[in-house]
Amino acid sequence: MPKAVLLDPQGKAVTGALHRLGKEHISEVRIGKRFELTVDEVTPELLEEARVLGEEIFANLVIEDVVSVTAL
Amino acid sequence: MRIGVVTFPGSLDDRDAQRAVRLAGGEAVALWHGDHSLDGVDAIVLPGGFSYGDYLRCGAIAAHSPIMSEIIDAANAGMPVLGICNGFQILVEAHLLPGGLVRNDHGDFICRDQKLRVENTSTAWSSGFQTGQEITIPLKNGEGGFIADQETINRLEGEGQVAFRYLEVNPNGSMNDIAGISNAAGNVVGLMPHPEHATEEGFGPDTTLAMRSGTDGLTFFTSVIQSSLLARA
Repeated sequence: MPKAVLLDPQGKAVTGALHRLGKEHISEVRIGKRFELTVDEVTPELLEEARVLGEEIFANLVIEDVVSVTAL
Repeated sequence: MRIGVVTFPGSLDDRDAQRAVRLAGGEAVALWHGDHSLDGVDAIVLPGGFSYGDYLRCGAIAAHSPIMSEIIDAANAGMPVLGICNGFQILVEAHLLPGGLVRNDHGDFICRDQKLRVENTSTAWSSGFQTGQEITIPLKNGEGGFIADQETINRLEGEGQVAFRYLEVNPNGSMNDIAGISNAAGNVVGLMPHPEHATEEGFGPDTTLAMRSGTDGLTFFTSVIQSSLLARA
């Protein structure tokens, strides 16, 4: 997810569209990314590897946060 | 002086950067992202464009391409490296420069002739300028807002690592009007505006003298050539 302090222009545009549809009670939309990795079998080691990839490649921690890494 | 210009899939300004190197009196060497060879160059330019279609994040995939491991080693050993626009984003993603670049605060892509102030003339790519000199070079980006945590901003400002600052207009919401920064050693410089597009009369920004006559960008390239000659002398 983009860090909360940063402007999220995509989320802002969607918020505006929702308000035009009468959904004023939704005060903010923020948009992030989801990565789905396919492996043969989920192991704790692979989950840990996914966590490291999340912080080192999938996200740039200067501008984004990794909010969740889970097995599906 | 041999200056390598790396082409990534989606680079746009590699040819302009090569031309700028030649106009400055250097020999331009085309380098390919998929190689592990720097072909014996003395300095490197990472050009602008949209490497890998800006997928993942601008510059993120290019920062992990094969040639970058050699570039990171060379940069850490003191080789001059200039990242322009997407090249700046690649340097940030490769952790050769601190901070990050995010979408312009106004949400639009912007293309304009941008006035800058040269804040640091001790970098490899700015030594030919006068401190405080005001220059105009083109700027064109969608994700050029420079951000960093307050500690990093304080360090950049305190150590003089802010090399170029936007003047009159902050075109993208960059913190402290930062247009370009250097590493602590001064050999690695990244900036969002495009010096390579202001190196030849007839093709640069308008000046008070004549249309398209601005060549302020040429000094980036003559600086690195000059400083390498001095280092050798």
